[in-house]
Amino acid sequence: MLTKKQLFTQGMLDISPHMLSVIPFGIICGAIGVELGFHPYLVYAMSFIIFGGASQIVFLQVLSGGASSLVAVASVGIINSRHLLYGAVLSEYLEKLSFIKKLLISYLVVDQGFAESNKFFKKNRTEEFLHYHLIGTGCTMWVCWQIATLSGIVLGSFVPEELGLKFAIPLTFIAIVVQDLKKLDHLIVMITCGLSSLLFFDAPFKSYIIISPIIALFVAALLLRLKK
Amino acid sequence: MTLTAIIFAGILTYLTRMTMIALISRDMLGDKIKAVLEYVPSAVFPAIIFPGIFINDFGTFIDMNDPKIFGALVAVIVGYFSKNIIATISAGLISYWFLIFVVFN
Repeated sequence: MLTKKQLFTQGMLDISPHMLSVIPFGIICGAIGVELGFHPYLVYAMSFIIFGGASQIVFLQVLSGGASSLVAVASVGIINSRHLLYGAVLSEYLEKLSFIKKLLISYLVVDQGFAESNKFFKKNRTEEFLHYHLIGTGCTMWVCWQIATLSGIVLGSFVPEELGLKFAIPLTFIAIVVQDLKKLDHLIVMITCGLSSLLFFDAPFKSYIIISPIIALFVAALLLRLKK
Repeated sequence: MTLTAIIFAGILTYLTRMTMIALISRDMLGDKIKAVLEYVPSAVFPAIIFPGIFINDFGTFIDMNDPKIFGALVAVIVGYFSKNIIATISAGLISYWFLIFVVFN
């Protein structure tokens, strides 16, 4: 049985490689906000209040493009609706927690943290304090995100744009799913999602980000039926 | 005004994180749904990966000879065999940089 501290540290270790892409992306996010003409305090407030990478950039771009704040808020809600799926997966492991603890831990659920903690949970179902792993991944992400966006806000885009570091984001997610490519069912689900996301890319409010997972999960359900 | 919108966006985002964890008990989900949920990572992350590779900053498709496609392929191969996150990201970035700074320059 691992202690709370060991699980927390394991969570930190498991997510830390992703900081290679998260930190440059955070700097870019902060810098873009100021470049688009928003007050630095507002740009930073988003990292604290929304705490969600791409949705923060979209929010600012939509507003600076002249759309109403209602459209900006709706876009953020739709982009982040994928967390509903993460929560449904994580709920199995967090069931025993008190309601208050569930409310607090929810704030820390992010893409990479969900991915790494979910992998760990699957292998270590019997651990008593599993949620400390999620707190470890979430806190690491939170601290790095705050520092990265703040430095982008204060120092401007000191990461040269020519490096195209935004490309590190798809790479970080490739690293997350690449081992599942050898499973045919997962491969089919991934290709379905990827192609749907390109097909529906122009759908309003960036809704491709939730439309394509729903289509892919339908395909997954069909595959499960075929397997039987 | 903008701050109000940020707060609303934050509340909405928090609700997406909290709803399934705090308000839904696992028993409410049947075995079939649980089996489908096993596929969530494979069903969600390609929606971040594919547009990040194939669609440029202006929202249009990239050319088939774009360095990003090559970088992504290198990342997939290195990731598959190394099982290492840092190696995957670095391999993708370095091969991408090699093309844009050395080959196409």
